[in-house]
Amino acid sequence: MSVLFEARAVTKRFGGLIAVNGVDYALERGISSIIGPNGAGKTTLFNVFTGLYTPEAGTVTFRGHSLLGLRPDQITALGVCRTFQNIRLFANMTAVENVLVGMHARVPLGIWDALSHRPRFHEVERGLWQRGHALLNRVGLAAKANEVARNLPYGDQRRLELARALASEPTLLLLDEPTAGMTQGEASQLMVLLRQLVGDLDLAILLIEHNMRVVMEVSDRVTVLDHGEKIAEGLPRQVQGDARVIEAYLGRRGSRSASAAP
Amino acid sequence: MLTVGLVTVFPRSILLFLLFQGSLLYAYVARIPNWLRAGILGVGLLVLMPVIGAYYNGYYLEVATQVGIFAALALGLNIVVGLAGLLDLGYVAFFAVGAYSWAIVGSPHANLIFGSGFPLAPGWFYVFLFVGLAVAAITGALLGLPVLRLHGDYLAIVTLGFGEVIRVLANNLDKPINLTNGPKGITPIGRPPVPFGMSYAEAFYFLVLLIVGVVILVNRRLEDSHIGRAWEAIREDEVAAQAMGVPLVRSKLLAFACGASFAGVMGVVFAAKQVFINPESFTFLESIGVLAMVILGGMGSIPGAVVGATVVTVLNLQVLKGFSLWLNELKNAGVTVFGYSLASLPTQFEPAKYERMVFGIILVLMMIFRPQGILPARRRQRELTKS
Repeated sequence: MSVLFEARAVTKRFGGLIAVNGVDYALERGISSIIGPNGAGKTTLFNVFTGLYTPEAGTVTFRGHSLLGLRPDQITALGVCRTFQNIRLFANMTAVENVLVGMHARVPLGIWDALSHRPRFHEVERGLWQRGHALLNRVGLAAKANEVARNLPYGDQRRLELARALASEPTLLLLDEPTAGMTQGEASQLMVLLRQLVGDLDLAILLIEHNMRVVMEVSDRVTVLDHGEKIAEGLPRQVQGDARVIEAYLGRRGSRSASAAP
Repeated sequence: MLTVGLVTVFPRSILLFLLFQGSLLYAYVARIPNWLRAGILGVGLLVLMPVIGAYYNGYYLEVATQVGIFAALALGLNIVVGLAGLLDLGYVAFFAVGAYSWAIVGSPHANLIFGSGFPLAPGWFYVFLFVGLAVAAITGALLGLPVLRLHGDYLAIVTLGFGEVIRVLANNLDKPINLTNGPKGITPIGRPPVPFGMSYAEAFYFLVLLIVGVVILVNRRLEDSHIGRAWEAIREDEVAAQAMGVPLVRSKLLAFACGASFAGVMGVVFAAKQVFINPESFTFLESIGVLAMVILGGMGSIPGAVVGATVVTVLNLQVLKGFSLWLNELKNAGVTVFGYSLASLPTQFEPAKYERMVFGIILVLMMIFRPQGILPARRRQRELTKS
């Protein structure tokens, strides 16, 4: 069996800046994390993986299909879905409607079904709404299904984004800083949920995370990026002790130019 | 019901006709059972309105027909602007495409192009309702293709340009092949055969009413399906919508084509009703007028679009005209206000000259005091009461 997801020698430039430089990356089912200081190229890599950016060089394959040149909606239909670092919900739609939009690629109906209202339309539509409510229940937002997304508290918005991404029935779920703005308690709860999801749905989850406690607790594998290059990879324990990682985060011993984020 | 009685007693009073329309609106928003609401609106529109038109004042039926035409246009634009969030400033172009598609073959004019055999038999009108729909939808999709990459202001400018291109084409396609007869316009355009010995005015009223009914039905069904949700998602956040699996190109083209098709059908009706069309009927101002209806009624709201169309059309055709007449009467009667005789008012202040200004002021006041529109979409309303 081939690897679930594999990227080879991915390079992405913005003008003179090399945001991602020749990164090889592969992952299997379970939870993997990408960490690194601010500006290390983590989100850029996500955007390449989900078709928002086209890389200058390299290949990206998912279950043997190349993702390069595909549109984001086609990549989602193949089973790769994501959340955003700066929450991008459909602000004026209700929570459950947000989740329903996430199902778009899986709706087996066309425009004529919608116009003719034949029995199949009602059947499918009812199923969608039930699944929508079930997903909200799963992330703990059952009571807020009819709230407009923009009125939800920050943590709820992050969970709603997760539910919306799950609605597309992904095999690979990319989460960009899912615990940002959450308390330690909320973050831990979310990680428990992610673990359950991996078990129940046979998912692969890839996290970008700054909350080190969360990363080390939940990840099966951790990859460290710095200045667009992969500097370390392995089990959380191994990465924690890696000299280059410590240097990337804290700066070289004796150097005054330690500017990276903690 | 009382207002109907009054309209029959005073068939010339614009105020009372407004009251009649107001009572229909009131019936729509009143807290009454659905069957009663449907009953009142049905009787009002299907029975009372034609009766008023036939026996008391035919002009009211004309106004009602115009309201219907613009309601369909507003509903079409509502899909593009209100739901999908694509600002289209050249919408009237699709109306023109529909109108010309029937005008050319429904008048003797087509003989100049295709030889003989025209105008087509009047019965073809009903076929051309669908031809107009299809042609406008294709035009909508063609416009959509090049502008899909544009957002917001840029999209608005390109659609504005497109609207002008269609009008200028209509103005200049009298050479080398005389397709549109240029600024002189096309006439006489054939009218459809009318069933049950109705007058043309009544027939067009019922036809427009039927089309508006179908348009509302289509609108509602699309809005309550995955297609409508995809449009709204695009309006809210294009990048996120695409990342969630919404195909942007197909969804936007569909929005353009749907919106355009409604305008196309009404264009065919308009051409037949007016008997004469020329490019002057399809100016930029008309596009803006339809946009004003959508915004005034409440973006993304179906009843809002209908009410917006009613308010703007009635304002233009009746209220402002009536206001002008009234001021003119005062002037002619030599009424004095604060010792100043209105008769000596310079001609620059003739009321007919500032109808547009009054319209503008009403729009400005609306946007300041009720920005969500007269009948806002459910969701928008909810959101405004919450925050």
